[in-house]
Amino acid sequence: MPKLTVDGVELEVPQGATVLQACELAGKEIPRFCYHERLSIAGNCRMCLVEVAPGPPKPQASCALPASEGQVIKTDSEMVRKAREGVMEFLLINHPLDCPICDQGGECDLQDQSMAYGRGASRFHEAKRAVTEKYMGPLIKTTMTRCIQCTRCVRFSEEVAGVDEIGALYRGENMQITTYLERAAKHELSANVIDLCPVGALTSGPYAYEARPWELKKTLSIDVSDALGSNIRLDSRGREVLRILPRVNDDVNEEWLSDKGRFEVDGLIRRRLDRPWIRRDGKLVTASWEEAFAAVARINPGKSVAVIAGDMVDCETMFAGKKLAGALGSGLLEGRQTGLDYDCSNLAAVNFNSGLAGIEEADAVLIVGSHIRWEAAVLNPRLHKVAKRGGKIFLIGPEWETTYPATFLGNDLAVLNKLPKEVADAFKAAQRPALILGGAGLGKGALGACLAFAEQFKLVRDGWNGFNALHFSAARMGGLMLGYAQKGGIADLVAAKPKMLLALGADEVDYTKFAGSMVVYIGHHGDKGAHAADIVLPGAAFTEKAGTYVNTEGRVQFADKAVFAPGDAREDWTVLRAMADALGVSVGFDSFDQLRAAMAAEVPALGREGLADYGALPKAAKSAKASGVIDAYPIKDFYLTNPIARASETMQRCSAELLHGEVFAEAAE
Amino acid sequence: MAERHLEPDTAELRERWGNFTFTKVWEAKAKTAIGKYPEGRQRSAVMALLDFAQRQVGEETGTQGWVPIPVMEYIAARLDMPVIRVVEVATFYTMYNLVPVGKFHVQVCGTTPCMLRGSDALLEACKHRGMRKGHTSEDGLWTLTEVECMGNCASAPMVQINDDNYEDLTPERLDAVLDALAAGKEPKAGTQEPGRHTVEPAGGITTLKAMVDANHDYRGEW
Repeated sequence: MPKLTVDGVELEVPQGATVLQACELAGKEIPRFCYHERLSIAGNCRMCLVEVAPGPPKPQASCALPASEGQVIKTDSEMVRKAREGVMEFLLINHPLDCPICDQGGECDLQDQSMAYGRGASRFHEAKRAVTEKYMGPLIKTTMTRCIQCTRCVRFSEEVAGVDEIGALYRGENMQITTYLERAAKHELSANVIDLCPVGALTSGPYAYEARPWELKKTLSIDVSDALGSNIRLDSRGREVLRILPRVNDDVNEEWLSDKGRFEVDGLIRRRLDRPWIRRDGKLVTASWEEAFAAVARINPGKSVAVIAGDMVDCETMFAGKKLAGALGSGLLEGRQTGLDYDCSNLAAVNFNSGLAGIEEADAVLIVGSHIRWEAAVLNPRLHKVAKRGGKIFLIGPEWETTYPATFLGNDLAVLNKLPKEVADAFKAAQRPALILGGAGLGKGALGACLAFAEQFKLVRDGWNGFNALHFSAARMGGLMLGYAQKGGIADLVAAKPKMLLALGADEVDYTKFAGSMVVYIGHHGDKGAHAADIVLPGAAFTEKAGTYVNTEGRVQFADKAVFAPGDAREDWTVLRAMADALGVSVGFDSFDQLRAAMAAEVPALGREGLADYGALPKAAKSAKASGVIDAYPIKDFYLTNPIARASETMQRCSAELLHGEVFAEAAE
Repeated sequence: MAERHLEPDTAELRERWGNFTFTKVWEAKAKTAIGKYPEGRQRSAVMALLDFAQRQVGEETGTQGWVPIPVMEYIAARLDMPVIRVVEVATFYTMYNLVPVGKFHVQVCGTTPCMLRGSDALLEACKHRGMRKGHTSEDGLWTLTEVECMGNCASAPMVQINDDNYEDLTPERLDAVLDALAAGKEPKAGTQEPGRHTVEPAGGITTLKAMVDANHDYRGEW
């Protein structure tokens, strides 16, 4: 623990800290471009110069200098001030003065720091460097003349994403950042380089020229494109959410966001249900709310009601649906739309117990039937870290391109019963063994065998629980906590032949099985669910309502409402409340606060932000044996997994270009 | 500094170089180069392999050689590293040619010492012979590049042609060298100054004169 002095303040910093970190601990702001907390140290922008004694009598790059005992650091001396001005001036030599037409304007590190630390005027009269445009795919807009070569994007793709595709070619003044042969960046986290870029070289393609940052209203929310519950910020103007950015949460998404979570935003204004629809003579026609509720009342289902919750609904909607069904006398609730029927009697067995951050500590990981990159894109960098620290990773299931060294053990789940020696040895030797059971594994009934595996290798030990189920629906854990699970899965609902099927944003259900039911769909997009419905009641997307979401590790998180739903659409809980009136029953709440209070009273964990406690893992059944072959993963197309993404032109283009190899002509400048 | 760019990745390029593999001779050298580094660190051999590949391409095309994109991909696969990292190395060092070159790659040093000693005149002489910076002459004989310091400042100005340096040049001496090369002869490499051997002071030794013919113990004279 070195003791040092920063601007006259003495403090102790952790062993291994850099001078820059020491200055930050002392509350001093150190300007920087290349340094980033989550990337390796490059030390090439020179903006973080400080004066350090003892040492050479010149300014030193603080980001790459280890803090040591007795250092006297000055961050505001004349030397430092002049050094920063000098660096700034050099950086601006080749940086175009096109801030008025640059999308980074207003949130640009270079702009801010030149205001704070620059000279204010240039002495450079020669011609500036210009760099030819580079193509980086449909999401990243490049203006490489603005690049200051901090190499954050290069380090991100190598160290975090694990996909070496961005590099710095040529040298010196001619250095250029590019992808290999200017191909599109092809991984699920590619757009994070937009946030990392301290200047306007890499900006958001779909958001180009949409708005200035100071015009936007910022709302804190939760990503619902997968089950990780990444923390996001919705930037909206007027009635439209214009972009989605990740927020920092070290426990969940660090500061990354999947491309789908970020760019499905344009799907929020397309294919929207903005008025009620009723099926007449086999065709859906528009209707007023009164007509719609009258139609609902005419169904007169009595007790014969079933509710299916979709993948993106919030807990409040599911709770309101549950109350409505309960008031009518039914408990037929299900959220696993595709027919999964794993045992949900103990939620600890279907939870990501080690935690999204905790999985980094694992030293042996077995992934059973999960395409991590597609099902939980933001989790993949954590597994990359496991592999980097020497942890062994094994997978059962069809091969996919891992971004770290990993061994595929084939598609046959039977391998769980008799593990290859290499795997068994790795798990026996492991201090923190972990298992990740994905959707494909759950679908093949591997839960029991995986619990047996957990007992065999003591996945649960002092301060460590390595048994993890990985879901990919944002509503899954919340739904399970609210009882949206039948023993036989959705087959139980089919067997009950309900008179009325209430679909809460459920778009992945096979509705042909409910041919005899009147389907009432409450949702926000004209997708599969609305097409199959008899009555469509327009609801709100996740950006248009406050809601509670539980991620795959059982973390309860609250999202806020950014904008109003379009047209006649209403927040889902109000629709359900009005339906109760139409059906002549009482659900016991009249306001959102009452709803939340009732939900917290019934499931207390949903009222508290943070990890829910599901208790201990159940005992594995003695007879549990794994069998079956995982022939495919549930997600067929990463970019089109939910109705918002399917409505998004950006996601459609990503799917066509990045997954199906279609070639798009670049629009002429 | 030399303007550099990658040869576009076309179907013809893939057709010509897509099947590139090291010949027996270069393969042996490549194995030795890779063997110098510990297991798991093979990618350290990337510079050696790029050089070998360029030389093999040179043998096949009768030039100094260059490294086409498919060849870089071959090396990347060989060393189990991402292609972009190979391209980074190849584009960083001007010794790797990124585009096809002529039989003789004339690299004129234009850095300060050579410039002060008359490299401009050398470039002018090259221009008179029809060479253009960054281009290959029509007969496929010459490629002219202006490069940065080659470390021959004591015998400036200099040019490097393929693997040989020619120093202490004047436009006339350069012409003589180029004429000889064009005629298929092998001009003497190194300094072109009559009476000079390496980079000893021009006009004769000024210090340690007693050491010229035999070893001499100066210690008694200190």
